[in-house]
Amino acid sequence: MNEYLMIIRGGEDLSDKSPEEMQEHMNHWQQWMGGLAQNGKLVGGQPLQREGKSLTERGTKVTDRPLAEGKEMVGGYIMVRANSLDEATDLAKGCPGFEHDCTIEVREIAPMG
Amino acid sequence: MVSVLIKIFGSENIELAEDVVQDALLRAMEVWKFRGIPDNPRAWLYRVAKNKAIDIIRKNKHNQTIDFSDPERQLLTSEYTLTPTMNGYWEEAQIQDDFLGMMYACCHPKISKENQVTFILKSLCGFSTKEIAKSFLTSEETISKRLYRTKEYFRNQKISPKIPSSEHIGPRTQTVLSAIYLMFNEGYNSTHSEELIRNDLIAQSMHLCRSMLNHKKTQLPEVYALMALICFHASRVQSRLTPEGKLIRLADQDRTQWNKDLITAGTQYLYKAGFGDSFSTYHCEATISYQHCIAKTYESTNWQIILYYYDLLLSIEDDPVVALNRCLVISKLHGPKKALKELKLLGKDPVLNKYYLYHSCVASLYEELGKKEEAISYLEIAVQLTQSKQEQTFIFEKIEKLKS
Repeated sequence: MNEYLMIIRGGEDLSDKSPEEMQEHMNHWQQWMGGLAQNGKLVGGQPLQREGKSLTERGTKVTDRPLAEGKEMVGGYIMVRANSLDEATDLAKGCPGFEHDCTIEVREIAPMG
Repeated sequence: MVSVLIKIFGSENIELAEDVVQDALLRAMEVWKFRGIPDNPRAWLYRVAKNKAIDIIRKNKHNQTIDFSDPERQLLTSEYTLTPTMNGYWEEAQIQDDFLGMMYACCHPKISKENQVTFILKSLCGFSTKEIAKSFLTSEETISKRLYRTKEYFRNQKISPKIPSSEHIGPRTQTVLSAIYLMFNEGYNSTHSEELIRNDLIAQSMHLCRSMLNHKKTQLPEVYALMALICFHASRVQSRLTPEGKLIRLADQDRTQWNKDLITAGTQYLYKAGFGDSFSTYHCEATISYQHCIAKTYESTNWQIILYYYDLLLSIEDDPVVALNRCLVISKLHGPKKALKELKLLGKDPVLNKYYLYHSCVASLYEELGKKEEAISYLEIAVQLTQSKQEQTFIFEKIEKLKS
């Protein structure tokens, strides 16, 4: 088993959704991640706030926003266990992030050294 | 509420769960004092406890306090799933299941019977150590030790609160029932000196018993029998006290005040208890109580049948308090002299010797025999052994009457 990182990017703003729609959406996250947890696939994961800071030029320049905007901005991450990149990719297909047009990049955690 | 929180934090973190409940209750006292009691106080308390639990989860996400390896609990560690998962724990059906599940967890076969019941009463029923001590005819110190040992066991074994499978449920239900019965007894004959009868405890024990009957897995004959027994006893609650709160003996109670609805309900539960192949002490006790309920007067009580069931009861379990009650039936059937002889034999039991009712029973038999001095001396012992004000007043009045 290897570990894989799902980087969740972009997606429409959810702040204008009604509380009911929002709750339904969060229930989908729970079902999907609950399924991963039940099968021993889930390592963990968190959503990220939109605000952030970017450091460039060897850390000497700090800007008050993430470098990537809109579609490119990372909105959250999930770490899973899987036997292959293909299996991890299949797991990612159920992600509720797709309901609001996210994109997901799946990468294997690399052993160093 | 504690059982839900124990499920969230794990049984190794019982103190954490108890702290959250304490906090929620304290918040309630502060806020309700100014804003009044909310429309749904229960929901209000649950919401406060839930938010507090979320705080604790966030704070302890990265340390070893809470074991998040359980797949369900793992979802509490991600913000994607924390809120819906937490809400799931607090759904009404889930709360009911957890409550029953926690009762069964407390009744783990490896925990001694005394410790099981003690722990249920303390952690799930909100009993004080003092109240439990009286129910068990033992000291507060003993109870504290029992609680400590049980908590240690829970912590070490990480026992999870759930209702056992059908093959294990029988013997484990026994302990759950004896806890409910004790809770009821505490309500029926309270240790709190201000109130002899605590209707809240009676209602709680009925509610618990009913929730067991509402659950398919726990609809067992002995549960029906206990429910019947509780209904019969509870039907007499109103007639046991004078308006001033003084105790009235069964013989002197106004039988028209007995709650007919509860007697009818009890009769139906007793009927349902007859199905199935188990026969428990609760069946016996319910039948005895039923006989009292249907007797038009104290004198016309069918003592013969009652004696039969007392004998049956003693053949199932050798309980000194039951034997004590049996002696009173013997007195009705065969006179106080014979009863006194048997009662004196029982007095050798060290537990019974510390029980105020034993001494007050001996006294009343002496009274019937016209031996006032002996009666008074036994009543004086009895008064030392009870902490209930009503019972003390009752005994003092009796002493005065004998002296005059």
